[in-house]
Amino acid sequence: MSSAFFRVVWRELRAAFGSPVAYIVTVIFLTVTGWFFFTPFFLNGRADLREFFRLLPMTLGLVVPAVTMRVFAEEFSTGSYEVLTTLPMTRFDVLLGKFTGSLLFILLMLVPTLAYPIIVATLGDLDPGPVVGGYLGTILLAALYCSVGLFASALTKNQIVAFIIGLALCAFLVLIDKVLFFIPPSLTGVLQYLGADYHFGNVAKGVIDSRDVVYFLSATFVGLYATNLVVERRI
Amino acid sequence: MIRINNLTKDYGATRALDGVSFSVNRGEILGLLGPNGAGKTTTMRIVTGYLTPTAGSVEVQDMDVADNPLEVKRLIGYLPEFAPLYADMVVHDYLQYVAAVRRIEPGRRGGRIRAMTELCGLGDVIHRPFRELSRGYKQRVGLAHAMLSDPDILILDEPTSGLDPNQIVEIRSIIKEAGREKTVIFSTHILSEVETTCDRIVIINRGRVAADGTADVVKARALSGTAVRLALLDAPLDDVQRHLMAVHGVNSVVRVLDAPLPVAGALLVEVSCSGQNLRELYAAIKARDWVVVGLNSEGHSLEDTFRELTGAAGDGAAAGADGKAGEESA
Repeated sequence: MSSAFFRVVWRELRAAFGSPVAYIVTVIFLTVTGWFFFTPFFLNGRADLREFFRLLPMTLGLVVPAVTMRVFAEEFSTGSYEVLTTLPMTRFDVLLGKFTGSLLFILLMLVPTLAYPIIVATLGDLDPGPVVGGYLGTILLAALYCSVGLFASALTKNQIVAFIIGLALCAFLVLIDKVLFFIPPSLTGVLQYLGADYHFGNVAKGVIDSRDVVYFLSATFVGLYATNLVVERRI
Repeated sequence: MIRINNLTKDYGATRALDGVSFSVNRGEILGLLGPNGAGKTTTMRIVTGYLTPTAGSVEVQDMDVADNPLEVKRLIGYLPEFAPLYADMVVHDYLQYVAAVRRIEPGRRGGRIRAMTELCGLGDVIHRPFRELSRGYKQRVGLAHAMLSDPDILILDEPTSGLDPNQIVEIRSIIKEAGREKTVIFSTHILSEVETTCDRIVIINRGRVAADGTADVVKARALSGTAVRLALLDAPLDDVQRHLMAVHGVNSVVRVLDAPLPVAGALLVEVSCSGQNLRELYAAIKARDWVVVGLNSEGHSLEDTFRELTGAAGDGAAAGADGKAGEESA
């Protein structure tokens, strides 16, 4: 990793924390997840985080595109991408730096949610397996959503359009295995495998299967690869 | 040293560059001229490695840009048109960021930033976000950004466009100062700027090089003829025209109505004549008994040259550029 890569990461983090969008999104995310998690928590009477992780693919699917919509769309609309690529750094420094910066921001945003397992552990007997699995799955899921969000951002100069495309793609990944009964049985296996929610569910149970990890890593790679192709076509 | 060989660039079906070749020597300031849409920006973007050419190559200090993009980018400081730097960043932080990306040693960064702040006059705005700056300051920050790592080559796309006359003079002097040891390519619409700042001129029109040389060479090549203004008394226009048009080498004899007359009632004509036949022209004038009350030959300006080289087709693009050039240099 070159020093240019770390500079891009640093610049992305600064830009994210420098914009009000990031704070608004963080507040909304924490409020919504907290509300949905703790409202049924005492009714269920179980000391686990299953409810939190069950909703996470949806909430993150809403939040990540809002964070990544700016990343390429702003560079293209202001023309600063030209300055960026004529500085001595490679296209991969830029792409991976932007990806890592966005992912780090999302993970920092998730840090306050660590309060949930701590609170739950004081209330009852918390099984650490699903919690560790759940957070590992969250990192993988956030990485996938970031690559999808960057792809959406690279497609357009308009941040709103980038957000909507990113949202649609994330929603597709979450909802695809919810609509399987509309689909011919011969295709269900394939479509279920494509769904991020399905794989995330497996990991969040605490079962870390290589198939799920391979799914997340390869899908993230496909997202970044597609982003690279789009960026290359734009200039 | 930059060598541009037979550069061609297609955007879809439109050919933006069509076999552009020229080279720039070390320590030379090259002015790139041309009407809007002629291919100046495209040429610069290919040299900086932002665009890849459809055909042809660019060598920077004997390295091919396509093969060694990173090494070439290290050598070049580039200011794109309108200086599109990160709007949300404070100027000082932005320069720090560029210094780090350009691998200036941490110990030298502060010194370089201070030097650029002083050279480009950024003292008042160094702690303000880029988006809040005026056009002139943005342009100066862009120059500081391009020169920060003290690169051997500076490529500046219209560094003075949109600035007021004082700012233009300042930026021009910075460029001239930098050009003492660096290779500089800059594009502009302002023709007088090229004459005062550049060692050499390349005029690009419709994706081709229309002229290449020093200002004097370019002017001489573009206009083979000389215009001689004659003020005559006791000379009817048709008589003058008949006699002078008969002289070998005279292309036209036109009455001038919009210039002040040296003597009331004089006839003012402009004779366009090839430089070699001025003796014949003089002999023809002497042979008649006209009273010559004024005689002077008009030197051609770079504006005329530019118009002749780029506006021949009389299309809208060229006319637009002419209008802009005239308005800015006025």
